[in-house]
Amino acid sequence: MPSISREEVAHLAHLARLDLAPDELDHLAGQLDQILGAVAQVTEVAADDIPPTSHALPLTNVFRADEPRPCLPAEAVLAAAPAAEDGRFRVPQILGEEG
Amino acid sequence: MNSLTRARASELAAAVRDGEVSAVEVTQAHLDRIAAVDGTAEAGVHAFLHLDADGALAAAAAVDEKRAAGEELGLLAGVPLALKDVIVTSDMPTTVGSKLLEGWQPPYDATITRRLREAGIVILGKTNLDEFAMGSSTENSAYGVTRNPWDLTRIPGGSGGGSAAALAAFEAPLAIGTDTGGSIRQPAAVTGTVGVKPTYGGVSRYGLVACASSLDQAGPCARTVLDAALLHTVIAGHDPLDSTSIDQPVPDVVAAARRGAEGDLSGLRVGVVKELGGEGYQAGVEARFNDAVALLSKLGAEVVEVSCPHFKYGLPAYYLILPSEVSSNLARFDAMRYGLRVGDDGSRSAEEVMSLTRGQGFGAEAKRRIMLGTYALSSGYYDAYYGQAQKVRTLIARDFEAAFAQVDVLVSPTTPTTAFPIGEKVDDPLAMYMNDLCTIPSNLAGNASASFPAGLADEDGLPVGLHVMAPVMADDRLYLVGAAVEAAYAAQWGGTLLEQAPALEGIAP
Repeated sequence: MPSISREEVAHLAHLARLDLAPDELDHLAGQLDQILGAVAQVTEVAADDIPPTSHALPLTNVFRADEPRPCLPAEAVLAAAPAAEDGRFRVPQILGEEG
Repeated sequence: MNSLTRARASELAAAVRDGEVSAVEVTQAHLDRIAAVDGTAEAGVHAFLHLDADGALAAAAAVDEKRAAGEELGLLAGVPLALKDVIVTSDMPTTVGSKLLEGWQPPYDATITRRLREAGIVILGKTNLDEFAMGSSTENSAYGVTRNPWDLTRIPGGSGGGSAAALAAFEAPLAIGTDTGGSIRQPAAVTGTVGVKPTYGGVSRYGLVACASSLDQAGPCARTVLDAALLHTVIAGHDPLDSTSIDQPVPDVVAAARRGAEGDLSGLRVGVVKELGGEGYQAGVEARFNDAVALLSKLGAEVVEVSCPHFKYGLPAYYLILPSEVSSNLARFDAMRYGLRVGDDGSRSAEEVMSLTRGQGFGAEAKRRIMLGTYALSSGYYDAYYGQAQKVRTLIARDFEAAFAQVDVLVSPTTPTTAFPIGEKVDDPLAMYMNDLCTIPSNLAGNASASFPAGLADEDGLPVGLHVMAPVMADDRLYLVGAAVEAAYAAQWGGTLLEQAPALEGIAP
């Protein structure tokens, strides 16, 4: 049975880019532990020689013809952006203090 | 014909074609009904998150003009439809039930949306759902609950509770749902409506906001089997914009529905899945399911018991595979290109803004699943959890393969219980996940499945669903069985199950 610590949950939240309040971390730690305990049932199945299925359809390399097609106008796309400037998405600083 | 809001979609379309009624009148009748019963998140059915009365009336007027000009109309032209708010629309917001996408106006139409419009179907608005289609009660919507028209204190199922409730409340005769683990079928079961999850790849996912891409499948929701079949035909078929779309002819589901309605299932082999019943199943659900199985025999089908030994691992495998895909898919909500952005005050980095936005924008269930998926995919756990779940997925597909070598369709209850009270399971994820016990195997294997009304449970008088499972690309068998059961029950009940639902007159302000 997995036992997931609050520290691990905080680490996962960081990996998932989720800023969680302390009470959320506490609540989630308990629930994740409970859910992981239940889903761990899959480990009971003897399946060493069974190939994994990642997808319901056995399709590979579906290509379309390499022909130019119209795409969405930039204005239409930028209209839904949280911030735009000079025909581009405006984003917060990405390099941090040393940048 | 019944009143406009109680009529079948096929009847409405015929009446519009024959000039007995205009599409505008049909649309207005449904808008009036919505105004009378839909209400708000605090009171009423609250099936709709967004209503587009002007757009709907304009689309209806366009159908009337086409008719006046002598143009041929499609089989569902002029019929109103409720669209689950996970399908993008260029003229209506698409929120996916999340604060992250509040007011988001997509710049394009989904393939489903385009096909609906081309068929002359009138889109009334967007329906409520669990946030990012994750849930079994619609309580995870950031915009409030939807209520079950059979009992307004109970859940309408989920994630497509809004679409199912719109049908059951006679707000629309047609709706679109999406089904990742049961989100079309379970709401159909608990609202006494018809819901079909086509074969994976049968309906394009282009413009469907992804939950778990290897499982998501959109499909038709309706009050009758033939109406669902007609809608299936409109939305199904190959789409070059979805690389997982199947490039094969759509099974003739309309012919199957018509044939089924004749009530003869002789020669059909039906398998009752041994593992989907017993402990944890409500007595009234099992009783109605047993009645339905007896009915299938009476209609001429040969019924046998079939074992699918790995189905019991479907739920745990699903709750590893789904969150893994969710954690990856929902990474796109990064506060950079669309949707909510929180804390961009010039002092914070993009990464901090991203974390703050996601922390405030996602609801509890979305966060749980993102975290669960992040855990399952992290190094050290990947093989034991995600890798093993993928192997179990193979075993479940093999169970289906072995079963379909013996029988033409499989049956089970759609969901272990009838609609439960709002609030009962909202903070008990494991109890909530149990709702999808019977529906999940078909998502993992990708085969076609559906839920059809099977009567009311004795103990609470609430609808029960008959779950029918067919092989990949044998969607027509669902309609054959569904229509036969529907016709037999209509004779027995003196009409459809929904005619027994309570009236909802005058509940909204």
